[in-house]
Amino acid sequence: MRLLAIDTATEACSAALLVDGAVSERHEVAPRRHGELILPMVQTLLAEAQLHAADLDGVVLGRGPGAFTGLRIGCGVVQGLAFAADLPVAPVSTLAALAQGGWRETGCERIAAAIDARMGEVYLAHFRVEAGLVVIEGEERVVAPDQVELPTDGWCGCGTGWAAADGAMATRNRDRLITVLPQALPRARDLLPLGEAQLKAGLGVVAEAALPVYVRNEVAWKKAT
Amino acid sequence: MRILAIETSCDETACAVYDPGVGLLAHALFSQIDLHAEYGGVVPELASRDHVRRLLPLVRKVLRESDTPRPDAVAYTAGPGLAGALLVGASTGQALAWGWGVPAVAVHHMEGHLLAPMLESPAPDYPFMALLVSGGHTQLVEVAAPGRYRLLGESLDDAAGEAFDKTAKLLGLGYPGGPAVAQLAQQGRDGVFRFPRPMTDRPGLDFSFSGLKTAVLHAVKSHADDAQTRADIALAFEQAVVETLAIKCRRALEQSGLRRLVVAGGVSANRRLREQLAQLDADLFYPRLEFCTDNAAMIAVAGALRLQAGERAGPQIAVRARWPLAEL
Repeated sequence: MRLLAIDTATEACSAALLVDGAVSERHEVAPRRHGELILPMVQTLLAEAQLHAADLDGVVLGRGPGAFTGLRIGCGVVQGLAFAADLPVAPVSTLAALAQGGWRETGCERIAAAIDARMGEVYLAHFRVEAGLVVIEGEERVVAPDQVELPTDGWCGCGTGWAAADGAMATRNRDRLITVLPQALPRARDLLPLGEAQLKAGLGVVAEAALPVYVRNEVAWKKAT
Repeated sequence: MRILAIETSCDETACAVYDPGVGLLAHALFSQIDLHAEYGGVVPELASRDHVRRLLPLVRKVLRESDTPRPDAVAYTAGPGLAGALLVGASTGQALAWGWGVPAVAVHHMEGHLLAPMLESPAPDYPFMALLVSGGHTQLVEVAAPGRYRLLGESLDDAAGEAFDKTAKLLGLGYPGGPAVAQLAQQGRDGVFRFPRPMTDRPGLDFSFSGLKTAVLHAVKSHADDAQTRADIALAFEQAVVETLAIKCRRALEQSGLRRLVVAGGVSANRRLREQLAQLDADLFYPRLEFCTDNAAMIAVAGALRLQAGERAGPQIAVRARWPLAEL
């Protein structure tokens, strides 16, 4: 399979290309520079592989949660590219990409992925590993870090949420954590196996259905009258 | 040459397909007015979220309606406007263009408004004077030739459309305020209230509408709160705005010696304004009503001009929330 993957939902601007099992990646920690970087990254990856957009079998979108503006830039790029080249899209959770990376680096099979959501909250989801792919347990949510309690022992805490509020989550769950990767950011390369599985299962969607998942939906306040 | 145009600068998602040699082939628009109405104004984050949902279905619609499998270029609004909203159109537009292997071009939203009358017949010849009057802008622009603009005057505070919105709120009317105030004004009695014509008693072509809003507030607070009084206030407010705009237009025409006036932007739909401007010694040009407000047809016209001048955008995706027309 030939897949392009993009994640721009965090401080990381990340793009990766899968060509018949070989992965290439462009990854830069560059807050607020996603617009400047993402298309050149994608173009470079494809040019290096001597491929055109139409040669791809699909696109994998890191569909959030994360920072709204960056997320929408990646979503716009994926939507536009998939529409123009008539490609299916596999929308994959940015938290799942983060967890997949946590498993790749540590081998730990219980991953609590958390992204700093600012405003005193984190985006959080728990994952287990099955056949080399992370699988979510429960739901993605946005919570205050000092309210998070891991259900069992043996976890890897992965992502910037574990550094939020001076590491409040890590302190509270000290006994249940094997390791913590508080600087980990989602990488597009970790979207690839998850997206590939989705597409192979026939779960790809058309471009206009590849939408962000924000998780935080309280974004406007009605005026008190 | 077929251009796909995309507009997402504020609270309308719009697409169009335009061929400079043939004319407008398709256009479609989704207005978010209902989405923002309960907040009394545009909520930027909600606007951006809605653009993402609406844009591609509109692209598909206009391409199908115009029987365009692949356009020859993509034009998108790159500013001025809400940064997050603009980025939706910019990122999608650039990726579409790159996926199709065609050029992308970034368009100035106000240049779109200036050139909207070019979609009509007869279209104005150059040079002409233009009054751009909307919820975000009140400007007098001298257009010497395509792409050659000189800003002669603008609002120093609230835009005229913004003054309508704020006055509507003070009078207990909904958003957007322009049509609501104009409708209420029809029941108003002439001469009951009189509000100042700001900055007409001194030379220059700048506007100021924030004081007018204060005058309305004062009138609302110091008089009986009944339907007739509100209508009287609405009428006096509308008269003050319209007369101020007309005075400045006359002045701009006299100073420049121009005899053609283009009027565009949402407020240009106002009937009283059109009646007043009709009395000026000039040929008047308005875009059709649906192109007075934000739309993508005008972005296509401006995009065609910019493409012809050799401009190309990308691969960096950049927008300009603030972008003075003079920097074009």
